[in-house]
Amino acid sequence: MTLKRALSALAVLTVLWLLLPTLVIIPMSFNSAASFNFPPQGFSLQWYANFFTDPSWMRALGSSLQVALITMVVATALGIMAAIGLSKVRFRGKSLLENFFLTPLIVPGIVIAIGLYSLFLRFNLLGTLPGFVLAHTVVALPLVIINVTASLQGVDPRLEQASATLGAGRLRTFFSITLPLIMPGVTAGALFAFVTSFDEIILSLFIQSPQLQTLPVKIYNSVTQASDPTVAAVAVVAMFTSVIVMLTAQFATRKRKRVSA
Amino acid sequence: MRPDSIDAAPDIHEQELRQLNLNTQIIGVINDAGISLRAVTKRYGKKAVVDDISLVIEPGEFMTFLGPSGSGKTTTLNMIAGFVSATEGLLHIYGKPVAKLPAHKRDIGMVFQNYALFPHKTVAENIAYPLDRRKISRSEQKTMIAGALQMVRMGEFGDRYPTELSGGQQQRVALARALVYQPRVLLMDEPLGALDKKLREWLQKEIKRIHREVGSTFVYVTHDQEEALSLSDRIAVFNNGRIEQVGSPAELYQRPATLFVGRFLGESTVLSGSRVDSLHGTTTLNISGHDIRVPGEQDSTSLAILIRPENITLHDEGTVTDSTRINSLPVIVLDSSYLGSAWRCEVQLPDGSVGTVREAHSTIVREPGTRAVMRWNVDSGVLLVDTGEAGVSLT
Repeated sequence: MTLKRALSALAVLTVLWLLLPTLVIIPMSFNSAASFNFPPQGFSLQWYANFFTDPSWMRALGSSLQVALITMVVATALGIMAAIGLSKVRFRGKSLLENFFLTPLIVPGIVIAIGLYSLFLRFNLLGTLPGFVLAHTVVALPLVIINVTASLQGVDPRLEQASATLGAGRLRTFFSITLPLIMPGVTAGALFAFVTSFDEIILSLFIQSPQLQTLPVKIYNSVTQASDPTVAAVAVVAMFTSVIVMLTAQFATRKRKRVSA
Repeated sequence: MRPDSIDAAPDIHEQELRQLNLNTQIIGVINDAGISLRAVTKRYGKKAVVDDISLVIEPGEFMTFLGPSGSGKTTTLNMIAGFVSATEGLLHIYGKPVAKLPAHKRDIGMVFQNYALFPHKTVAENIAYPLDRRKISRSEQKTMIAGALQMVRMGEFGDRYPTELSGGQQQRVALARALVYQPRVLLMDEPLGALDKKLREWLQKEIKRIHREVGSTFVYVTHDQEEALSLSDRIAVFNNGRIEQVGSPAELYQRPATLFVGRFLGESTVLSGSRVDSLHGTTTLNISGHDIRVPGEQDSTSLAILIRPENITLHDEGTVTDSTRINSLPVIVLDSSYLGSAWRCEVQLPDGSVGTVREAHSTIVREPGTRAVMRWNVDSGVLLVDTGEAGVSLT
């Protein structure tokens, strides 16, 4: 009985430990004093007002959304093609190729960042929109592949054969039969790609320029260079954006499981 | 309504055939056939899954590919469908070479064992799918879908989703979907394999009726010999990538060309022995010391006689006298069961193997262990080459 109680206490403590650093930012964002001291004093919406009226913050938010949306589209399109390719072909060393596509999840971000930095330097991609999209696609692609592959495994290959005998070519079969059936996985993959790009910091720090900064980069710079409590409000906005997108992805995945059951 | 791709350019195609040194008679056969396979082989690596098959399926015919799993029947069907390409050989559908034609341009219908209905479309949308591909107007589609559903007696189910239907209902929808655009060829890959016996028998009758109604060429793959016998105009028996025999159900049952065919279709008693002599079209074999006569002559030294159970009668020991038209062998009754219409007895033959006897009019109950004499008319035996193959399990 005591053991059970001790374990419960440990569980509660762990949950608090996981949540507190995230949650502490919420009261901080309503701080009326211009400092990061905890606990906050008074209540004020000035940091939110600051965020939404400061053009440099708005530009960073706009860049982040732009990069995340384009990354989502590019990574989803490539990821669907890669997943279908991997599910169709059979050859020796196929699992090697599958794992190769997932390496960006395993290789430390800093390694990719340094590699991309030297490449982008050579091709003048640093601080550009295509540069950000290319970099973020590298880390977003595996998430799309994983989700779409899982969906594809639930699709009976006989359906595509049936579609062919009924007179549909490969492209028609893909858009009329395969794509609707893997849509939950595609949706989940796309949302994961969006969030990955929206939250990405390591690669972005290397690629950033004063002209083009994503929100996480701007937050990092603001905290390290000037102690501006606006970042607390920005962080809350960013956090809720991510949470909402992730919940949507979760919902899409759950729906997929129900359909395949 | 039919896409004209199938009927394209007969001149070029005849030229092509001539280049392959086929004589005009063979070209005529190919052009008149519903489906023609000539020397078709499919190899995976060095293994020939389908080994030099030639077969002509007549237009409007109900042809069944029968054989155990791994015999090449499904691979052959998949080659006709266009899912698998032949390594060698010529494949024609209604006179048109299709070897290089992708599946969606072959104008065939196909029914799968697991139904393969599109789960995100309703029954009516499933049936509309091939009509959309053929650019048929909505209003025309409506009557065609209604007609197709009527044909499979599923008129009320257009708005349902496949998951809301039973297996038998789904397969009927699949049939409607495969036939609504009136393809000249309908391929069926073990369509009743996933259904229970009663439903299977009922759907067999439905498929037969639909075949009569639509008049298309049906190719049906199954490993169930009873299904093959009751459905088909002709059956091609597959074994080890080859066709052992093609013929009507009655031909295959009464006059099997090989021991494999005889054993695979229906029940049989097989007697192995060595030749004593061949005279006037009758061969005498030595079966465990008994002279047994059978019509026909065969060159091989190891021979076998196959007899169907309904052609054998059982008699008490000592009650029979020999005659030149009747063979007899002493047996021991192993088991006997009453089937209502007949008694079915399993008997032990002199060489220890098991034979089957079916007596329709017997009133005598034969106890296991009793000795008896089995007799049959010389003419009802079939002389075959003994390939030494073990009996085939009928699953």
